Amino acid sequence: MATLLIPTPLRKFTGGAGLFSAHATNVTGLLHALTAEHPGIRPHLFDDSGTLRTFIRIYVGDEEIDALDGVATALSSDEEVSIIPAIAGGTQ
Amino acid sequence: MKPLQFLPEAIDAMTRDALSSFPQECCGFLLGQESPSHREIEEILEVDNRVESNAERRFSISTHDYMKAERRALATGLQLIGVYHSHPAHPAVPSIHDLRVALPTFSYVIASVYADGLAAIRSWQLNENQIFSEEPILNNIPISWQLS
Repeated sequence: MATLLIPTPLRKFTGGAGLFSAHATNVTGLLHALTAEHPGIRPHLFDDSGTLRTFIRIYVGDEEIDALDGVATALSSDEEVSIIPAIAGGTQ
Repeated sequence: MKPLQFLPEAIDAMTRDALSSFPQECCGFLLGQESPSHREIEEILEVDNRVESNAERRFSISTHDYMKAERRALATGLQLIGVYHSHPAHPAVPSIHDLRVALPTFSYVIASVYADGLAAIRSWQLNENQIFSEEPILNNIPISWQLS
């Protein structure tokens, strides 16, 4: 099973769990398995059209999926996938 | 919203970061513990402001530094409570840029700093309507840091 690392601020929606595991062949499958089991997390990952929010980064191992095949990136059975929120802001 | 209580060394370290970074924005993470009554900030983790331009008005934290903060929380048994950054020569009130990428449950601490000292430290958290509500901070700002 692939394992997904949940960032601290989104663990409110996974009952406090920092890890989520599921059988999935690609990143989309893994994220959909997560949102099926924990639907409260969905609006924090995807916009209304179902597209991954721009401030959510997904890494497979040490590689960001933008440098791979995006959400279609294939996963091996023991892959570690991380959800990493972009942290930014400022006065203007 | 629960009030925040900083350990003295944590609020001192954050204030030093904000003052020494002036006129640029500083940023970092807050680690501590949450009790039924309040959130206690036990340490801060300073990280580099990675914004590519306009660091006087913007900040950005790398994904590498975000993961460093998660690992630090795991290693210490502390909780990643939130993020701090400074607003040089501006009030400690979140901007539209702060709101756009804000995450639920995180405390967003803002230090308003000027060349001659610290004006205010305030903390904010997203509420159920996805807008910022202020969280009280129980500490007094150390008098030595305040504007004269």
